[in-house]
Amino acid sequence: MSWWDMLVPLLAAAVQSGTPILYATLGEIFTERSGVLNLGVEGMMIVGAFAAFLTAKWTGSPVLGFLAGGCFGAALGAVHGLVCIGFNGNQVVSGLALTILGIGLADYMGTPFIGQSAPGFDPVPFPVLSDIPGAGVVLFHHDLLVYFSYGIPVVMWFFFRYTRWGLRLRSVGEYPHAAAAAGLNVSRFRWAGVLVGGFLSGLGGAYLSLAYTHLWTSGLTAGRGWIAVALVIFAFWHPGRAVVGAYFFGGVMAFQFRLQATGTHIPSSLLLMLPYALTILVLVFSSWRGRDQRAPAQLGVNVEPSE
Amino acid sequence: MHAFRIVKRQEPLGWASCLVISGAVVFALGVSATLLMIQGKSPLSGLTLLFQGAFGSRYAWEDCIVKAIPIYLCSLGVAIAFRLQIWNIGAEGQFALGAVGATWMVYHFSFLPAILLIPLMMTGAFAAGAFWGLIPAFLKLRMRANEIIVTLMMNYIAIFFLDYLVYGRWKDPASFGFPMTPTFPESAVIGKIAGTGVNWGLLLCLVCGVLVWIFFRYTRLGFELKASGESIQAARYARLPYENLVVLVMVLSGGLAGWAGFLEASATLNRLQPSIMAGYGYTAIVVAWLARLNPLYIGIAAVLLAGLRVGVENLQLELQVPAAFGEIMEGMILLTVLAASFFIYYRFKPGRRG
Repeated sequence: MSWWDMLVPLLAAAVQSGTPILYATLGEIFTERSGVLNLGVEGMMIVGAFAAFLTAKWTGSPVLGFLAGGCFGAALGAVHGLVCIGFNGNQVVSGLALTILGIGLADYMGTPFIGQSAPGFDPVPFPVLSDIPGAGVVLFHHDLLVYFSYGIPVVMWFFFRYTRWGLRLRSVGEYPHAAAAAGLNVSRFRWAGVLVGGFLSGLGGAYLSLAYTHLWTSGLTAGRGWIAVALVIFAFWHPGRAVVGAYFFGGVMAFQFRLQATGTHIPSSLLLMLPYALTILVLVFSSWRGRDQRAPAQLGVNVEPSE
Repeated sequence: MHAFRIVKRQEPLGWASCLVISGAVVFALGVSATLLMIQGKSPLSGLTLLFQGAFGSRYAWEDCIVKAIPIYLCSLGVAIAFRLQIWNIGAEGQFALGAVGATWMVYHFSFLPAILLIPLMMTGAFAAGAFWGLIPAFLKLRMRANEIIVTLMMNYIAIFFLDYLVYGRWKDPASFGFPMTPTFPESAVIGKIAGTGVNWGLLLCLVCGVLVWIFFRYTRLGFELKASGESIQAARYARLPYENLVVLVMVLSGGLAGWAGFLEASATLNRLQPSIMAGYGYTAIVVAWLARLNPLYIGIAAVLLAGLRVGVENLQLELQVPAAFGEIMEGMILLTVLAASFFIYYRFKPGRRG
């Protein structure tokens, strides 16, 4: 087998296993741009994954399942919004609580369904483009949800860069007081940030249960939500760089599974560490290199309600 | 538009804040009970079983305290870090490393008598936990890496490392394939307080709690630490050694979690096995925040949340409720208390906004 024959399937697998991380990273970028830090991505993902699974199973429609995953992710995000925007609670702690709650909810409701399958999405070669040598297999031999995810970074980039609402959302994350003085309703924009972010994280979870595994197991997200939070920093809050980061981690995960499947002598517990250790490395590298790139100025800071 | 506006209180609520917090907890209990209803179980008998399981008998109480011991030590450590606004989410991994460090000592010095071996195990556990805490401190200070993510990732790594040891290198050849080390020799086991089911780790908790309280209340360093936590700018301006404080805080935080791991291996399980990772490190964060980082309140909150775990076990047994019910309640309680704290710092004033 030539190196080409090994590389192409690995890259295709990287795109597939990077997709749920991509959805979640884009969601968290959206939320953080509005000035809200939501560390509950892992929780929103797994709740989205379960809601998608259950809806697809009951209705027989994977599309409805996918949407339900997004909605339930947004619903959990709304809890964060209520605590932080509504009641001025600490964003770090609320996000952690959200993760604990989300994992608990998915486990609690999901226990009777462990091992069961639901209708999901299967690969559909994209017309014409799938015939491109190499890139066709890597990018265009996937399911619809992967193709859908290609569009989101473009839309987000355009939204932040060229639309009035995108600029306003960013200003709320950078200078909420100036934004308020200019007549913007800061909390309304932050609510939008939290809800859209939660929706996208939920879609990321939905991808896992509907397209990645096609069945429900507990602990399905396995830390992907946290990797997404780290990737937001790696991406310097830009949707385009999120794509690079997500597929890189998708590649690492795919590589690790392949290595395990070949029956290597490396113990599996050491292989399983790989994505998490790499997350630290990537984070350290991008924090070090991106010293002049910074987070939205008022990220994680609540606006005093009495001001 | 509004008939009232929100103003900051001159002084945060005092004793009345207890009412606010209790109200929040009751609300969280209510929501959790609704979840029981969804699964077709009686919410009232559910909550009764929960309380009976947790505090209904002497045995239940002892079980609560046994579980509260590791939660307390982890939470005390986490609270020290939170005081400096260092978000150490890594108690879970530091706990794992502590258990590994203690076990390493047992492996190499099992010939020693308890009076030497136990202090060695404590040293190993503290050092290993502190080491696991130092890495994120270093990465934060030198490379500006966000400590929340680093500590969290290191939890995953620590758990896989523990797995690696008990599935491979340290596996008991006589365990019929189960991933566990051999039982510790008697000299490596912390005994129970005479006439109770509670181990002497309780004493370690009391000593550590009092020391931490004294540290914050009466020492200059403790004061500097609190001041730096209030405002990093102020600390820099006052030339407080912020970097050293971060290192100190992470060493103490990791070391205390390490001791929790040591106690769990030595006193509760008498060996190292994967089930040692029961999520105490995450519960510790909930406890620290509920207790507002106060060592005494942490004790109370640790027993309550340990009670929640014990109670949920009873619920599992009697009503076949999944164990995750406890996590849901933990998350709900923390969220509602966070939201309710609003009323401790703000009040509504009649009159139009602005």
